[in-house]
Amino acid sequence: MLTEPNALTKADVPHVIAGYDDGHTKRVRGTGIKQLNTEATAKRMAWVVQVNAVRDDKDRKAFAELFGYFAPRVKSFLMKSGASPDLAEECTQEVMATLWNKAHMFDPAKASVSTWIFTIARNRKIDILRKQRRPEPEDLTWGPEAEPDQADAIGLQQETAQLGQALATLPAEQRQLIERAYFGELSHSQIAAETGLPLGTIKSRIRLALDRLRHAMK
Amino acid sequence: MMNDMKQIKHHLTEPLLMGYAAGTLPEAFNLVVATHISMCDDCRAALVEYEAVGGEVMLDAEPVDIAEDALAATLAMIEAGTGAPTTGPVRTKNSVFPGPLQDYVNGDIDSLKWRKVGGGVSQLVLNTSKDASVRLLRIPAGTAVPDHGHRGTELTLVLQGAFTDEEDRFGAGDVEVANEDLHHTPVAEDGMDCICLAATDAPLRFNGLVPRIAQRFIGI
Repeated sequence: MLTEPNALTKADVPHVIAGYDDGHTKRVRGTGIKQLNTEATAKRMAWVVQVNAVRDDKDRKAFAELFGYFAPRVKSFLMKSGASPDLAEECTQEVMATLWNKAHMFDPAKASVSTWIFTIARNRKIDILRKQRRPEPEDLTWGPEAEPDQADAIGLQQETAQLGQALATLPAEQRQLIERAYFGELSHSQIAAETGLPLGTIKSRIRLALDRLRHAMK
Repeated sequence: MMNDMKQIKHHLTEPLLMGYAAGTLPEAFNLVVATHISMCDDCRAALVEYEAVGGEVMLDAEPVDIAEDALAATLAMIEAGTGAPTTGPVRTKNSVFPGPLQDYVNGDIDSLKWRKVGGGVSQLVLNTSKDASVRLLRIPAGTAVPDHGHRGTELTLVLQGAFTDEEDRFGAGDVEVANEDLHHTPVAEDGMDCICLAATDAPLRFNGLVPRIAQRFIGI
């Protein structure tokens, strides 16, 4: 359990991952991309440690590291979604400032840092690029949040690392369709018009890609 | 909330969850999705997965150059307190209107300014971006909504009561996703008025002459 807010430090990560590996190798052994990728998971746990350092110590060095990795990718996402370079730059800085301001709301047992930053960037895209209000679901109501369990956090980070690998190993055509569905302001029918593929084919290919991702996560 | 009232049978489709996760849906559809997710733990869990895919797609993107002073500018923004979190609007629990919908309507079922649209059915159009429209429908118990087809996609989420059409029965929390292939005549169940949240990205197409004329005036 993470009994102290700052219980997990950078020095703990390799040890924590190794400990998790020992207990779970049976589940993941010998299954191609399902194999436990210690390195990819360690990278994600390092992001978690950095977000926690921002939350607890207003640690500028940790923030600078997160900034260096994520800001160019957030900006890329916003530009591919139709923002001009200047607007994307401005929004990216706002997204990263939100990360600082909302670091206390991040829960590593529920999301990878990449997922969390993506949702912040997506929200900014709707606010600024699309100029729309953004209806948000109700929060869950089961009482005060417990400190995230460390094993849950590592498990979630590991699963997301697997998802990333699964996405990278999709056939190029399927990966591109998924990317365009997320990045572009393109509906499936617009993609159909652009690629010359019938709409039914696009939908079934996206479905196939998602099925593959799900299968890789099992 | 509604979770423990009834088992939800009809859920959001994959493209809707993905579109909400990606931020590419019209506001009217986002409202239906967010409202359903407030009532449905299955779809809430599924949304988390689609958001995770989005995060990985973003990581995979070719990084682009950022301004040289971007980090310094961001730290200055943080110090100035711009973009500090603000508290959202006040939402009440155990309302027929889940939280996201409360942000769009002013009042409860009986205090809203419903407009009659014929056959005893009333509606209240909500204010969203113009790429799609969304309205509350109040269908008196036992009453039918005129037979209609769709040019685009229509989402109908039941908030209270239930309706039955050619497809199935839809109770509180259920969402029906209809496209141009579906012509249906929803009938509200006896017992209580059926309250629905309905969004469409194209005008509905009514099959009778009178509803078609009425449509020009009521803006369905």
